[in-house]
Amino acid sequence: MKARHKRFGLIAVGLILLVIATVLITKSFRSNLVFFFSPTQVEKGEAPKTGSFRIGGLVENGSLKRMPDGLHVQFKVTDTAKSIPVQYKGILPDLFKEGKGVVAEGKLNENGLFEASQVLAKHDENYMPPEAAAAIEAANAAKTKESVK
Amino acid sequence: MIPELGLFSLILAFFFAIIQGTLPLVGVWKNNATLSNFAVPAARAQFVFIALAFVCLGYSFYANDFSVLYVASNSNSHLPLVYRLAAVWGGHEGSMLLWVSILAVWTMAVTMFAKGLPTSFRIRLIAVMGLVSVGFLAFIIFTSNPFERLIPAAVDGRDLNPLLQDPGMVFHPPVLYMGYVGFSVAFAFAIAALLDGRLDITWARWTRPWTTVAWVFLTLGIAFGSEWAYYELGWGGWWFWDAVENASFMPWLVGTALIHSLAVTEKRDAFKVWTVLLSICAFSLSLLGTFLVRSGVLTSVHAFATDPGRGLFILVYLVVVIGGALLLFALRAPTVGLGERFDVVSRESMLLANNVVLAAAAGSVLLGTMYPLLMDALGAGKISVGPPYFDAVFVAIMVPGIFLMGLGPLAKWKKASLPEIGTRLRVAAVISVVSALLVPSVMGKLTLMAAVGVFLGIWVMSTSLILLVNRLKTRQTAVPNLIENLKGIPLAFYGMLLAHIGIGVFVLGVTLVKGYESEQDLRMEVNDVAHIGNLAFRFEGAKEVAGPNYLSSLGKFIVTSNSKEVAVLHPEKRFYPVQGAMMTEADIEPGVLEDIYVSLGEPLENGAWSVRIYIKPFVRWIWAGCILMALGGILALMDRRYRIVNKKETREAQEGFEA
Repeated sequence: MKARHKRFGLIAVGLILLVIATVLITKSFRSNLVFFFSPTQVEKGEAPKTGSFRIGGLVENGSLKRMPDGLHVQFKVTDTAKSIPVQYKGILPDLFKEGKGVVAEGKLNENGLFEASQVLAKHDENYMPPEAAAAIEAANAAKTKESVK
Repeated sequence: MIPELGLFSLILAFFFAIIQGTLPLVGVWKNNATLSNFAVPAARAQFVFIALAFVCLGYSFYANDFSVLYVASNSNSHLPLVYRLAAVWGGHEGSMLLWVSILAVWTMAVTMFAKGLPTSFRIRLIAVMGLVSVGFLAFIIFTSNPFERLIPAAVDGRDLNPLLQDPGMVFHPPVLYMGYVGFSVAFAFAIAALLDGRLDITWARWTRPWTTVAWVFLTLGIAFGSEWAYYELGWGGWWFWDAVENASFMPWLVGTALIHSLAVTEKRDAFKVWTVLLSICAFSLSLLGTFLVRSGVLTSVHAFATDPGRGLFILVYLVVVIGGALLLFALRAPTVGLGERFDVVSRESMLLANNVVLAAAAGSVLLGTMYPLLMDALGAGKISVGPPYFDAVFVAIMVPGIFLMGLGPLAKWKKASLPEIGTRLRVAAVISVVSALLVPSVMGKLTLMAAVGVFLGIWVMSTSLILLVNRLKTRQTAVPNLIENLKGIPLAFYGMLLAHIGIGVFVLGVTLVKGYESEQDLRMEVNDVAHIGNLAFRFEGAKEVAGPNYLSSLGKFIVTSNSKEVAVLHPEKRFYPVQGAMMTEADIEPGVLEDIYVSLGEPLENGAWSVRIYIKPFVRWIWAGCILMALGGILALMDRRYRIVNKKETREAQEGFEA
């Protein structure tokens, strides 16, 4: 084997590895993208029926209910137009409060209950998760349009 | 007055930075010594005025001057002094000031310790650092002035975010920034080399210690941050693949690649162009990281756009620095030369593989971090990239990389023989395979993930020890005394061993905590007992306690193992009235083999609480591994060749340069 052949073989192997790596990375990337939907979009049935996604908005006032076991909680997430019931098992984050912004990740079950695997509410009091803020903004914009009509 | 003095010193520093960044470059170009000689005094003057500005801001916090907007937004008269001072870097404006102060510290260090370099090279180096500083100072002065007045003054401040009121806040940001900003020195070395057209073994030898120092700081900074998140956030995770964390991790990956590539440049005069590119990339990622974390772009791309001044400035700055550096690279890199050739199986090719692995890892993290931001900015909807992506891709890329770590150091430069390496590593392979089967079985159940992880961890450690034994054996006839023999091996070699063993310790920690941690969320009434593993947790109730600026519910748990007391834990739930914020303070009984971790959820009826209990086996090994890596870096820095040989070679270089 001449040095030239050797080098050619090496480059070929390198390229093949690169292609395999790229394919694997993009595949894993695609399957792990989590999309975001506002309560209005979920109501309209735009959210995926099976896979998990994120919803965001405000925790509706007076909607937080604790199940007798002390660990399961239910609350509603609203974008001020529509609201979606959410169930979660576990300890809620420190900044979780009624009337404040929240983002939850999970799946919609067949009864339209959003089963959250994760509830996010971070940063300070004035902070609103960007997804939650966007959902409320969109709902408000839709309402204004309605009233103009 | 003090805040105005601070702003005034910042403006003066800005002018000195302009002088430092321009005149000397012209001086070197036109061969004008008068202009060149501005470099060092301008850099030192800049340092003095930035330090003064920093002290002024610190004083405003110390004196509770709530007529300063930044102080009023990030402090409070009830905040303990140490956190008032740490609050200097608690927000955007102050952390930018910390950044530029640390850049000034590094520049000062270059003017003091980089004496052996040829004059023109040293001047270019300082000038490039001046240019970096100009951009940052302009950004602070024009868009993020920390000394802005609040008229009328606030009666009291809005307090520091309770999450940040922790000893971690005192150490983590400065150490991390020392690392981030430290890569500016490697960057300046690369730019100066490109301007200069000289890039050889001596250049690599000058650059290496600076890069290693920055890398040591970055390693420690990330480890501190991870440990802080672990105990502070109350859910026991040590790494979340959060954009803020990724921002610090990408420069670390590229910086690690750079350290290895520099080794090849120094020893073999190869990988030169690649080394320069890595230096540019490491610092570019540091800049990107700083802005990702500090500009608010993560909170919302749109909030970022509502302050067009800041957003535009940042984008322009990034384009100028990164684009300019890459343009210079494209123009000048061909003159640098490719360097020595090497065989397919050789130390060089192993280190090349290491670099490819690390660069690919950094690239995949970059993709996952930037893609959601990009989509959002383009109005293509809100998405997030889940941790499973990072876990899967990162592990897949790192597994072969870590396996190669065992082979690389044993391979000879230029041309190595695989069968020979194989023979030498037989023992290590046997030890690793046996441990991979044994350890997971002892811990609980044998899974593929745990077996692979334990194999790699033990593999890295055992091959490192075999490397040491080999080295001793080859010298045995010349130096029969074992102690003398050990002493004769350069410190840099021990540094490498220690850092590699650190990776092994880290991998073991990650594998075992991922595979065998246990978690329980419970509802516990007073005197309830929970059983997890062979431990029993008795909840003795929670009582109200007042802290300096918070109210606390202090829980008490007695942990017993076979009715013997193991630990008493006091997790807290704190309420900070100024920001109306709740904070969970977990309590942890740390241990070499496992951490016992308890945090309080919410109060339920009749004094009952929701409680979260974790057992985290080997979690300390994660940070112990990082500390070993950093210690390895420090050992390598103390190698005598940087002190003795450096002087001789630079004298030669100087002569060659002037000739």
